[in-house]
Amino acid sequence: MTKERIPGLLTVMLAVFLLVGSSWIALAATDSGEDEAPGRKMAKQAVKREQRWITTDHTKHEVLQKPFMSGEQVTQACLSCHSEASAQFHKTIHWTWLASGDKKDMKYGKAGYSVNNFCISANAMEDKSCLKCHAGWNGVDEDVNCLKCHGMEKFNYKEAFTDIQAFSQDEDPESKEIMQEIQAEVTTAVSKIGLPGRNNCGECHFKGGGGDGVKHGDLDTSLMKPNKMLDVHMGTDGKNFTCTRCHTTTNHNIAGRVYTNPAVESSKSLLEDDLAPKITCVSCHSDAPHKNDSKMNDHTDKVSCQACHIPEYARVNPTKMTWDWSKAGDLKEGKPYHIKGDLGKDIYKSIKGDMTWEKNVVPEYFWSNGTQTSTTAEDIIDPSTVVKVSQPVGEAKDPDSRIFPFKIHRGKQPYDKVNKTLLAPLLSGEKGYWTTFNWDEALTLGSKALGLPFSGEFDFVKTTYAFPITHMVAPKNKALSCTQCHDRDDGRLATLTGFYMPGRDKSAAVDSLGWLIVLGSLGGVGLHGLGRFFTRKNGRRDNHG
Amino acid sequence: MDDKKIIKIYLYTRFERFWHWLQAFMIMALIITGLEIHGTFSLLGFKRAANVHNFIGLSWLVLFAFFVFWLFTTGEWKQYIPTTKKLFSVVMYYSFGIFQGKPHPVEKAPGAKHNPLQRLTYLGLSALLLPVQMFSGVLYYTWNSWAGFMIPLAPVAWIHTLMAFMLVSFLLVHVYMTTTGHSLFSHISGMITGWEEIYETTTVEEWELPAKRK
Repeated sequence: MTKERIPGLLTVMLAVFLLVGSSWIALAATDSGEDEAPGRKMAKQAVKREQRWITTDHTKHEVLQKPFMSGEQVTQACLSCHSEASAQFHKTIHWTWLASGDKKDMKYGKAGYSVNNFCISANAMEDKSCLKCHAGWNGVDEDVNCLKCHGMEKFNYKEAFTDIQAFSQDEDPESKEIMQEIQAEVTTAVSKIGLPGRNNCGECHFKGGGGDGVKHGDLDTSLMKPNKMLDVHMGTDGKNFTCTRCHTTTNHNIAGRVYTNPAVESSKSLLEDDLAPKITCVSCHSDAPHKNDSKMNDHTDKVSCQACHIPEYARVNPTKMTWDWSKAGDLKEGKPYHIKGDLGKDIYKSIKGDMTWEKNVVPEYFWSNGTQTSTTAEDIIDPSTVVKVSQPVGEAKDPDSRIFPFKIHRGKQPYDKVNKTLLAPLLSGEKGYWTTFNWDEALTLGSKALGLPFSGEFDFVKTTYAFPITHMVAPKNKALSCTQCHDRDDGRLATLTGFYMPGRDKSAAVDSLGWLIVLGSLGGVGLHGLGRFFTRKNGRRDNHG
Repeated sequence: MDDKKIIKIYLYTRFERFWHWLQAFMIMALIITGLEIHGTFSLLGFKRAANVHNFIGLSWLVLFAFFVFWLFTTGEWKQYIPTTKKLFSVVMYYSFGIFQGKPHPVEKAPGAKHNPLQRLTYLGLSALLLPVQMFSGVLYYTWNSWAGFMIPLAPVAWIHTLMAFMLVSFLLVHVYMTTTGHSLFSHISGMITGWEEIYETTTVEEWELPAKRK
């Protein structure tokens, strides 16, 4: 009865099985095939047209061909056409160095109470050496120096204008001639105007913290001319992106700053919002960039792209990992000295203390919603702990948080033993620590500049500073493998708790109970089998026909 | 009992045998790859283990639907209706009788392939253990898609893991039980060929038969 129906059913079953099986094989085949992952395809499409076009040639503008006497005159020339540029720029953090953008709210920002564990503080811009990187002709007091970001020729304008000023005071015709020569050089340099290139951004951002690769670990001069292995996007043998290809701009506000606010409120692809900043990976790659059959796409709501695609940072140049200020001040015959380490970087400097450098560093991972919380010079610290000067905000339960890679810079820096606050020494200048090697004076002056109290008693406290790692994205075949995280004992996320990760986590109770059941069953059938073996002669006729 | 003659009857249809061995293969493959994903050992490599596990798991889900369909259209589901009748004597047989060489109280017969203990076990397996395992597996697989914030992954994973251990336990006992037939391999060969050995004189009692079966 049912027997007639069965071959038909069997055929259907087999057909389904073969269908599912073959589609699996087909999908598996695409893994090694030439088919591209959708995220890759989309991104390539988005950046297909490489050329930018502009409607002006700055070498032809008469206003730029004048003999300039000062930086301000250059800026005025720029503003004669770009009338709103200066007003726009004055509102950006690049100018204010304050997270709020408001001079009255000094809480966060390097011109405010924010500190780090490198050169600690800009002392409300009193530390003049910091001004090297400020995009003004002289701090925030004078005009914007447009050339800092838009000058295509590397040219020391400050020096040139100081010389021009000096020679102009001189009546000697020879001096006048020299002055005119310098002015001609300035005019040539000034005519080379463009959108910011790697040199412009890199001059400050590759050298943050006082030197090449000191601060970030994923930003250093190796990105001036990287290959694809170092950075798939910026590689000169590949897409050759400039910084502004991703750090897109509106009204001179450059996308990508991570402080109290995230770089973007939400990651959107260009399909969702074509004017969204291209600062996130999602902008071009979408939030399901991997091949459709890939479990990797299920990771994107919990794991940042950077976590797997930047396996190590500082892959070419070393980056500073620790800085112990308490060791500073040692002099040889009354003079400061420095010791070079294996990586060609100073591991001791009288003016700075002990420091260590590393290359090919494995990041540390934290939950991050894109914002950082920081301990400023105003905040009360607990000196018995390691003070987190800057730390990512986020948790496993938060839908906006992802597991994100960080460089942790470990420092030891001065704090006020009475007020329990981090202290901001004045470093450069005649009365700065780098000249006087006098902590008391440097700390007193530094605190005064910020308008913060200093009890006079200080010691050194251990601190950490977290930098998000987001540059130096490696080619896809260098991305992490599953077991670099999905590992029982020593995966990269071993210390990141509060969520269940297959391969790493288990319930001791479930596993114990499980193995008890399994071993119990094994023991049971083993004993039963032995019992049967020894009683096999009982009623043999029945058991064996 | 010398006069008892052993005959062979056709007990398991082609579909049943196909389903049985396919399911056996899938369960074993899922256990092996599942334990690797669990971090118990390394064999295929995590990525491949996960891919194979997901593929077989999803395929099983589809195939199980066919099995359930077959079960109900053929009326075979009635073979899974639990009964307490003779359950105790079956338990007693496996606990004592088997050592004394006593005969099995409920021999297999055409249309009665499960003894009361088997009915209970297989009902538990196919109505509880496997569905729970499939359901928790689907939750596990799609966890990221249903936003995953309502239930943490941990309890889903724990249930899935515990059920897996139960299946290993079932597998061990099940395989062992196949050796308790007329000969060590007679049950296994029955599941391969479809022909099971029984005593010629075995009578099938009324309660065992699917009464309404046409």
